[in-house]
Amino acid sequence: MKYVLMYTNRPDLDEAVPPERRQAVYQQIFGWFEKHGAVITDAGLELQGPETATAVKSGANGGDPVVVDGPSSEAMENIGGFSVIDVPDLDAAIAIAKEWPSLQFPGVAVEIRPIVDHGGDM
Amino acid sequence: MALSATLSAEDAALARLVRRESGLIVAQLQRRLGDFDVAEEAVQEAISIALLTWRRDGIPSNPAAWLALTARRRAIDLLRKRSREQRLVDSLGADPTTAELATTELSSAAGPSPATADERLPMLFGCCHPALAVEARLALTLRAVVGMRTSDIARAFLVPEPTVAQRLVRAKRKITNARIPFTVPEDDDLAPRLDDVLTVVYLAYNAGYLDPSPAGQEMTDDAIWLAELVARALPDQAEAWGLLSLLTFLWSRTAARFDDQRKLILLQDQDRSRWDEVAISRADGYLATAASLRRTGRFQLQAAIAGCHASAASWAETDWLQIVTLYDMLLMLDRSPVVRLNHAIALGHVAGPEAALAEVDQLTERLADYHLLHATRAELLTQLGDPAAARLANERALALTSNPVEQELLRSRLAAEIDAQ
Repeated sequence: MKYVLMYTNRPDLDEAVPPERRQAVYQQIFGWFEKHGAVITDAGLELQGPETATAVKSGANGGDPVVVDGPSSEAMENIGGFSVIDVPDLDAAIAIAKEWPSLQFPGVAVEIRPIVDHGGDM
Repeated sequence: MALSATLSAEDAALARLVRRESGLIVAQLQRRLGDFDVAEEAVQEAISIALLTWRRDGIPSNPAAWLALTARRRAIDLLRKRSREQRLVDSLGADPTTAELATTELSSAAGPSPATADERLPMLFGCCHPALAVEARLALTLRAVVGMRTSDIARAFLVPEPTVAQRLVRAKRKITNARIPFTVPEDDDLAPRLDDVLTVVYLAYNAGYLDPSPAGQEMTDDAIWLAELVARALPDQAEAWGLLSLLTFLWSRTAARFDDQRKLILLQDQDRSRWDEVAISRADGYLATAASLRRTGRFQLQAAIAGCHASAASWAETDWLQIVTLYDMLLMLDRSPVVRLNHAIALGHVAGPEAALAEVDQLTERLADYHLLHATRAELLTQLGDPAAARLANERALALTSNPVEQELLRSRLAAEIDAQ
């Protein structure tokens, strides 16, 4: 079963984390990818910060799409990146997500979403 | 009269049987099909069919096997209807015939045997999985493991039936789509997951505890049955025995908790000669089993507190110092505001209402919408000779509870107050 792990954080809470601590956790993240390499089918991507985001939103009343500054979601959480894992069930996915090193920081979460299986030969 | 007595006796027998068997049948079907939704739905339909048929024809000689076969037939129909893969239908074997049903005897294929009793446990852990909302865990557990109908669940939790049905559909969909496993967690994962399971059982008991009707009684019976199932399946888990002990202590007061008009009688006013001595000694035994495992927990401490009440000959002889001490220990494990409120109530009996009110008033913000906070404040304010403030607090409590039994109690308190003026 394939799941996407979405790494989210709260930029407003991140500022309190000292840079050397952040650097240390960055090293742990490499270790995490190495440890779970066997089930990570796609290491995914790390995204630049929400201040670099641009959203193209559907226009009001069927009008033309509108381009706006910022992420599409009003939520406080920011999606920092994602990976794809292939594990037997949700418990296995939860066990891996629990080890995500950034969870040491306040406001960090790993969202687990099962991928739609189109049953095709993808 | 005779006819309805027979019917209700059969309904009671059916309820007992359903509780004993349905969880096992769901678990076995689920394992064979790998489809919890179909398994659970099929057993629910089998229960409805059984209710109708058994009322008409009487309970068959082997009701467990009858129920299992009927569920299997329904599962085949459901799978056909949903046009799943043929191999799933094949995996269930040939469609059992009506003749087969009529003459069925317990066979290894058709009926659960005692040796397979633990099959319910993985399903219970799946239904109480932390990835599901707490309300969904409750509803799902009561339906799949205890065989309770959606309408009864809705009534017990004072929620509209479509709401419960919707919760069930969404939870079952998530179990399938996100692949929530039905397994008993191991090692370090077991204790926190077991706590989730025990919490669901405790909530089910509480729902029945405040309902004086036969349905409420049945719910508390079901919850104790579940607690015992878990404790016996995981005999080295102290908290499982702790919950069983707690619920059995609470249950021992059943005959003394409501008067003839089904009005709630508070602990302090109960006729203790009506408490069930046999149940109390059973509860003592469960607590001793828990204690021998030397791993304390919140359910064991709550059971010990209930045990203090059970061993007091009268309200006046209650050992409040011991109870406050147990609440102190409980607070070390669980600093939730409700535990702090109960601690304050116990403290009031040792240190006086002023000390208790000071503690309670620290919780007014966090428990602003909790009726028992206001009922407690009213009680303490009355003791401190402030009837006007007490009245306001009682009114607030009344406005916040939706439980008819508690509403009645608060109303009579307000009425008594007017009487005294």
